[in-house]
Amino acid sequence: MSMILDSKIPEGPRAEKWEKHKFNVKLVNPANKRKYDVIVVGTGLAGGAAAASLAELGYNVKAFTYHDSPRRAHSIAAQGGINAAKNYQNDGDSVFRLFYDTIKGGDYRAREANVYRLAQVSVNIIDQCVAQGVPFAREYGGLLANRSFGGAQVSRTFYARGQTGQQLLLGAYSALSRQIAYGKVKMYTRSEMLDVVIVDGQARGIITRNLITGEIEKHAAHAVVLATGGYGNVFYLSTNAMYCNATAAWRAHKKGAYFANPCFTQIHPTCIPVSGDYQSKLTLMSESLRNDGRVWVPKTVEMAEKVRQGQIKPQDIAEDDRDYFLERKYPAFGNLVPRDVASRNAKMMCDEGRGVGSTGLAVYLDFADIIKRTGADAVSQKYGNLFDMYAKITDEDPYTQPMRIYPAVHYTMGGLWVDYNLQTTVPGLYATGECNFSDHGANRLGASALMQGLADGYFVIPYTIGDYLAQTPPKPVTTENPAFAQAEADVRGRVQKLMSINGTRTPDDFHKHLGHLMWEYCGMARTAEGLKHAKVEIQKLRKEFWSDLKLSGSNDELNQALEKAGRVADFLELGELMVDDALNRNESCGGHFREEYATEDGEAKRNDDEYAYVAAWQYVGDNQPEILNKEELHFENVKLTQRSYK
Amino acid sequence: MAGSNPNAKPMNLTLKVWRQKNRATAGQVVDYNVRDISPDMSFLEMLDVLNEDLLRKGDDPVAFDHDCREGICGSCNLFINGRAHGPESGTTTCQLHMRKFSDGDTIVIEPWRANSFPVNKDLSVDRSAFDRIIQAGGYVSVNTGGAPDGNEIPVPKEIADRAFEAATCIGCGACVAACKNASAMLFVSAKVSQLALLPQGHAERATRVENMVAQMDKEGFGACTNIGSCAAECPVGISLENIATLNREFLAAKASSNNLS
Amino acid sequence: MSWISKTFSSSIGRKIIMAATGLFLCSFLVVHLAGNFQLFKNDGGLAFNAYSEFMSHNTVIRILEIGLVLGFGFHIYEGLTLTAKNRSARGVGYVSDHIEQNSPWHARSMAMLGSIVLFFLIVHLYNFFGTLRFGEPVKDSMGNENAYGLVVDAFRNPLYVALYVVAQAALLYHLLHGFQSAFQTLGLTHRKYTPLIKFVGVVFSLVVCAGFAAMPIYFYFFK
Repeated sequence: MSMILDSKIPEGPRAEKWEKHKFNVKLVNPANKRKYDVIVVGTGLAGGAAAASLAELGYNVKAFTYHDSPRRAHSIAAQGGINAAKNYQNDGDSVFRLFYDTIKGGDYRAREANVYRLAQVSVNIIDQCVAQGVPFAREYGGLLANRSFGGAQVSRTFYARGQTGQQLLLGAYSALSRQIAYGKVKMYTRSEMLDVVIVDGQARGIITRNLITGEIEKHAAHAVVLATGGYGNVFYLSTNAMYCNATAAWRAHKKGAYFANPCFTQIHPTCIPVSGDYQSKLTLMSESLRNDGRVWVPKTVEMAEKVRQGQIKPQDIAEDDRDYFLERKYPAFGNLVPRDVASRNAKMMCDEGRGVGSTGLAVYLDFADIIKRTGADAVSQKYGNLFDMYAKITDEDPYTQPMRIYPAVHYTMGGLWVDYNLQTTVPGLYATGECNFSDHGANRLGASALMQGLADGYFVIPYTIGDYLAQTPPKPVTTENPAFAQAEADVRGRVQKLMSINGTRTPDDFHKHLGHLMWEYCGMARTAEGLKHAKVEIQKLRKEFWSDLKLSGSNDELNQALEKAGRVADFLELGELMVDDALNRNESCGGHFREEYATEDGEAKRNDDEYAYVAAWQYVGDNQPEILNKEELHFENVKLTQRSYK
Repeated sequence: MAGSNPNAKPMNLTLKVWRQKNRATAGQVVDYNVRDISPDMSFLEMLDVLNEDLLRKGDDPVAFDHDCREGICGSCNLFINGRAHGPESGTTTCQLHMRKFSDGDTIVIEPWRANSFPVNKDLSVDRSAFDRIIQAGGYVSVNTGGAPDGNEIPVPKEIADRAFEAATCIGCGACVAACKNASAMLFVSAKVSQLALLPQGHAERATRVENMVAQMDKEGFGACTNIGSCAAECPVGISLENIATLNREFLAAKASSNNLS
Repeated sequence: MSWISKTFSSSIGRKIIMAATGLFLCSFLVVHLAGNFQLFKNDGGLAFNAYSEFMSHNTVIRILEIGLVLGFGFHIYEGLTLTAKNRSARGVGYVSDHIEQNSPWHARSMAMLGSIVLFFLIVHLYNFFGTLRFGEPVKDSMGNENAYGLVVDAFRNPLYVALYVVAQAALLYHLLHGFQSAFQTLGLTHRKYTPLIKFVGVVFSLVVCAGFAAMPIYFYFFK
């Protein structure tokens, strides 16, 4: 039976909601804070910031990461920057404009109140990071520099060359390290969360596996925060790191947390194309490159064919024979259209037969103009590390010939459903950062992921979790409750099951197979027919997984194949839910493009009357269809229109 | 897509890989052959091929650390043919590509070696000593909230750029692995320099360097003899100048701080 | 005093002692070389003997000598301590190590080069200092101890000549790294001046070692 979800959005005008809410939430008395334990799973931007901030407030924090150090989380790989409505450039930015751009960029499938709060606290993030010693780019006068990014017409992106994520993560890591040194955070590295423990309907702990010793451990707390990132690796090939996985979120889902909008996945337009079957991951070339790079393909299929055969070099193709398709179709935004639009257009070009590279699955991103205008040195100052990375991977020099790029899975807007307090449908269980669904709707704007992760971690969860804890008695929680023993036994049983199948196919083999299905049928363009086919195939694959998986070694040691197998098992379930969600959503919006629902010029065609809701899926049992719950989206501050970037 | 070099032929290679069950047991070099390796593969993708092969045969795959595979997370850490991160300078292991090798090559693959980096298994080592050094003082003590406006204190571009360059350290530990003294001074100096350059870091300038150096020594890393192997092998080009800064900061702190112990 | 002992027993503190004593010893080399140039004066060694007499009997010099002994002592002690500590920091060694591809040989060989110089120093002290200070050297026509005669005698022995020349080669490489390294260790680096320091270091090393090496060769072949 489906239910109407209460998103707990505070009353009042948009600009006052958060202020009022902060006043209305219950507070934990400073002397009592040390009586509460909070578990934070994941130590990227969202988790690291949350763990540090909660510890600063006085809570006892236990933080968990499967990495060897909190500094390795994949937030570190974000290149381009972080948005904030500072209006330092005097170019007309404001909290409302950032809010508006984010809602519009998300194709009107995000929750207004959350997005407005995000835009409000964005300015505090920059201040906080500067105070931590994050070396943002500066102007000669010593003030902070900005650049523009896709989907916006103002310069509001703060950056640290092409390594913004790294610098922000190291900032959060330093704050976290300080709390570890103070003893307020107990850090568990190389520990993977394998289940949430629910006691009397509330999240009271987690079960982890020590990746070095294989030991299964129980950890209790008054509340649990999941900051475990996105599930882009369900596609096997993505720009996510190799370890990124959905296990924590999926385990929570199976314990009662609803999963929202799983089909909303972002395909990033500027990635280095696939080079062979052995490919283990894809590498992003920052969106900031689209500020100065021009995207094009040959005008004719014949010309493209010649390029593919290597008979003609791209730099030798005359200006008149090139089609700068983004500039042609979207004169207002040009190469800076949002990611979903840029990706879909690149795919369209390749589908027309005008793609380049030997497989025809690439378009050019050309820097010849800017190099001519400002010189190679100036370009190197701005993008040097990205150009070097490109050269290393492809053995081609982007200073003398255009880059080849192709869209790749990059980010997942869907995630655990949370209310305004970032609490899931399980009391005491919170989700922050990419792990939740809340702020990006059907498409995320560039430089907004870092913003959301840090907003959740530094400025939202420290308030909202207090509201919950204040209503929880400050009595110690222990792992004595039988729910812990049960959860531990379940995890142990599952690990044993994986180890005992003794079939023939490796975890990677299954993962690649699943990834291929997902990319083919639930990727950049989807059809009802394809999705139905994929659902059957995924079910078959899942059955095969549990009967033909091959592992070696044992459970009580570092066993990376076993870790991988557990994650693939969860992807095999999540993948099916993504397909269900995509099949349910009979419209196109943002990153979800159903071929049946397109405008005449091939743009995404929304159906606001029937689908202006968040689809929050409820798990009811293995191999049973999940129940769809709806959170209706209300837009009080923006008018829903067909997005236009022309 | 055959990358840039469609004529590149697949390679057959002999690998000599360090295998060690866990911290408590002794390890040894084991020989493996890998076939049909594309020059466009990354080094780790080549190891993926080996591991898939081993797993299919029911053998134990080679454990190694890796994650982002785009040269920024600092997880990967292989000592390849006698060099930290292999033969190409300015490159992490994950960004090293097989086109740097030739058909028939023998490649020796070992873990980072330092007493302070004990081996977990095979090629995976424990680098938590680095975390403990940062915990000793590699931060600015500001709580969340209450920070002044980001533009309140201007930072000259040159200073910000130099701080950034020091801050790009990815904490991979190649400096320790490459140094004949297993010294961690390049790592420590990068953080000390970054925060000493920025006005935000000034309040704790003296205590920071004192505490971080004390922790570094406690972890058992060697001392720097200025030979430059660390900077030469650093995948992100952290410069030796930082070590001079560290020494200067340390001397100044010891001479001027009120800390008597 | 605990902060002082802590400072100088830390890894950087020990390096600072190495650098400071190293530079101090460089200044000694300059004085020693300048004085020894009198060996080349064609006066049968009278000037050199007078200089030697002054150096070994002047009270101020004798006091400074204590500083010199301490300088050598600390440099040698810290050098050996650091080397032992640094060697043990590695633990298990590499099966394949191509460190020669990322750093110069002499920079990695400071302990070995220093040990050669130390061996030389002992022989050298035995040859000259011991005889002059503790033996009964003959006097020259001016009544000074005939140090010059000792030099002439010593360098008739080709083994001594060879040892002295080899030791100067070792010192040369020791200084080529040590001189600029000391500035780096003391934190005395600057984008403008460091290239100059490096250049001076090379010139200094060459001049000092060539000057000292010239003496045994000159005496062996021309006296």
